[in-house]
Amino acid sequence: MTKTEQAKKVAERKHNIDATRQILKGHSRKRPNLIPILQKVQGKLGYLPREAMTEIAGHLDIPAIDVYGVVTFYNQFRLNPPGKHSIRVCLGTACHMKGGYITLEAWERRLGIKARQTTEDREFDLDTVACVGCCTMAPVTVVDNKPEGQVEPTRVDGILLGFGHDYTKKDKEKSDSD
Amino acid sequence: MTATERTAIAAVFDGIKQKAEESWRELGRDRPVIMVGAATCGRAAGALDVLKAFRDEINKRKIDCPVIEVGCMGHCYAEPIAIISKPGFTPVCYGYVNPVIAERLVKEFILGENPCPEFVIGALEPNDMLPSFQDFPRAQYEQKIILKNCGHIDPAEIEHYIAGGGYAGLAKTLQKTPEEIIDEIKKSGLRGRGGAGFPAGLKWQYGREAPGTPKYIICNADEGDPGAFVDRAILESDPHAVIEGMVIAGYAVGSRYGYIYVRAEYPLAVARLETALKQAKKLKLTGRNILGSGFSYDIILFQGSGAFVCGEATALANSIEGKTGTPRPKPPRMTSAGLFGKPTVVNNVKTLAYVPQIISNGADWFTNTGTKESPGTAVFALAGKIVNTGMVEVPMGTTLRQIIFDVGSSIPKGKEFKAVQIGGPSGGCLPESALDLPVDFDSLQEAGAIMGSGGMVVLDEDDCMVEIARYFLEFTQRESCGKCTFCRLGTKQMLEILTDFTRGKGNVEDLEILERLGGEVKEGSLCGLGKTAPNPILTTLRYFRNEYEEHIKLGRCPALMCQHLIAYYILPDKCERSCDACVGECTVEAISSHPKKRYKIIDQEKCVKCGTCLKACPPQYNAIVKLSPPSEVPAA
Repeated sequence: MTKTEQAKKVAERKHNIDATRQILKGHSRKRPNLIPILQKVQGKLGYLPREAMTEIAGHLDIPAIDVYGVVTFYNQFRLNPPGKHSIRVCLGTACHMKGGYITLEAWERRLGIKARQTTEDREFDLDTVACVGCCTMAPVTVVDNKPEGQVEPTRVDGILLGFGHDYTKKDKEKSDSD
Repeated sequence: MTATERTAIAAVFDGIKQKAEESWRELGRDRPVIMVGAATCGRAAGALDVLKAFRDEINKRKIDCPVIEVGCMGHCYAEPIAIISKPGFTPVCYGYVNPVIAERLVKEFILGENPCPEFVIGALEPNDMLPSFQDFPRAQYEQKIILKNCGHIDPAEIEHYIAGGGYAGLAKTLQKTPEEIIDEIKKSGLRGRGGAGFPAGLKWQYGREAPGTPKYIICNADEGDPGAFVDRAILESDPHAVIEGMVIAGYAVGSRYGYIYVRAEYPLAVARLETALKQAKKLKLTGRNILGSGFSYDIILFQGSGAFVCGEATALANSIEGKTGTPRPKPPRMTSAGLFGKPTVVNNVKTLAYVPQIISNGADWFTNTGTKESPGTAVFALAGKIVNTGMVEVPMGTTLRQIIFDVGSSIPKGKEFKAVQIGGPSGGCLPESALDLPVDFDSLQEAGAIMGSGGMVVLDEDDCMVEIARYFLEFTQRESCGKCTFCRLGTKQMLEILTDFTRGKGNVEDLEILERLGGEVKEGSLCGLGKTAPNPILTTLRYFRNEYEEHIKLGRCPALMCQHLIAYYILPDKCERSCDACVGECTVEAISSHPKKRYKIIDQEKCVKCGTCLKACPPQYNAIVKLSPPSEVPAA
């Protein structure tokens, strides 16, 4: 690791700790505050880094493993930084029956990642969601918190194009060079 | 409580009510009003763009016409929806509105006299000019109690709710004793709408009689069932009904604090509740000394974090306490030792939403609807292969056939009905032969399904029953918290067997293992998740065993759905040859032309079976078919 990279890491860590402490100020040291705190910290940082969890454990005076246990139990919390855009594919019943799993495959294929991962350029993170309650628009993909209805494989390309990312082209170049 | 005190409460509330009614009348006085359905379902269809288009046009033309956001009317198939009320006209509801239509409606209807019948779904009242909702076949079944306000009031305006009769139940409650309120709910026969159908009045009584303070009321809004969205729609469209129901429950049980546990996946519902709670507090309808009665009640909003098991009351309590959401053994019941070990009453969103109207109108009014054992209405979220997707509220006892074919207007594209999935991952799939069952708590249970949270997903001939069972099991297996061995490992085993089936593996003995394991998981699990997880498998095995056998014995998926058991094939005789629609649409470039004859060929190695080509092939050629098993594809 170069010196600049290391400095960047230290700065990021410090930033995370400061942000967490700022949020902790507004909460008493009671255990029932744990989940609301985690939600706020994730809302601020986009994920829950190790140093933030340690801070929270210290504040609530509980073992850090308990915080980690809660974080890994609930689907909402993530341990790695999110991408710039969040893609969440709904896998509710109606979406599944109308081909939500095919849509998910299309996203995975285009972005080159699996669900719960982030693209290397940190542009997109892909996740699934149990049901967003828009079953009548199935299959649904939630793009940057906006539910999009009837997202089928061709629409996946459309949405990516809308962000200025022609992943199809990349695929083409790849297959041409093969 | 003395008579003077009672009059004082009534007087305070009358003051609030008069002011609310005045502002409601003012809204539509001598001017048109536009209401746009902007619940999550509407927004997904583009309601916010429509809202903006209406507002821009109204501002541009400087018209005196309020444009307000309302919730979900239940006609989700026609989203985005707008209702225009104009003096001299009956209120008209428009469907499939887009910004261009919005602009036109302002020009022609608001400014002119033309209600644009081409965009109308229905007028709200019968009239001589336009078709009305009363002319729809669904109108003869629908009876709205808890959906009454949804889509007709601004959920961010407490005065709209009060003007429509809201909080009158609370004012009435505060003039009675808690015992009288519990008796009234018991008399109404209201059963818990969370799924199990436990009598609500009895639960309240247990909570009231249990020793220990403080007592808690929890509104369970952790609607995790995939395929159910009724709670979301109610919270987004009429949050005050739930809040009022909670305060009444609090008064009856003798509780001081209430929690609303709402899913984090419902950000709009959270926002609506936050606004509603602030407004209610401001008018002294919650908080300290409600309406001067001396009764105080505070409601805390708690956001869940995405764990299906937290819909289970004991797991939900653990989650509020800041722990992992694993269930606790019962007894003790929640009503004697629940949240923080104190007496706790947990009610579903829908159950609480009924309460204000039952108190206002009396228990007898409520028992007039529905059946003897299950009074009132049932609310369903209709989704899947059905024409009129959306929310419907019908009296208990309506048959499934009436709901699917009359209210939901049957299956689209002339396909054949196969099954209806009721109650999400805890429910079951019912076949054609069960369609004449009346919908109520007990008869559904007998058939193997449950009322559950109201998700009703209709499946047609293209849906594979093995796959749907696998899907639900995959869901419950993933969401199992891991506490009970049978739920943790049993669901995993069953999932592996089912996955094998969808890949054409497995053998007939596995069917018996599935049945046996299903019974064992039910018995060996603490909470509702494990106790109901095998239901989708057991019902599909009961009603659709032949489909399982076809998968196992022939390696064939009769519904042509299981990806491993099908192949896409272009019929050379039907392919138009000069058309390139499928080639262009194919997402993985698996389609090419025959070097000489030019008909298109799918490279089966490259094909990812996404079905895009099938949709792309123009209907006049209809050249692409699915074949199962894949070995049916002729060699090139």
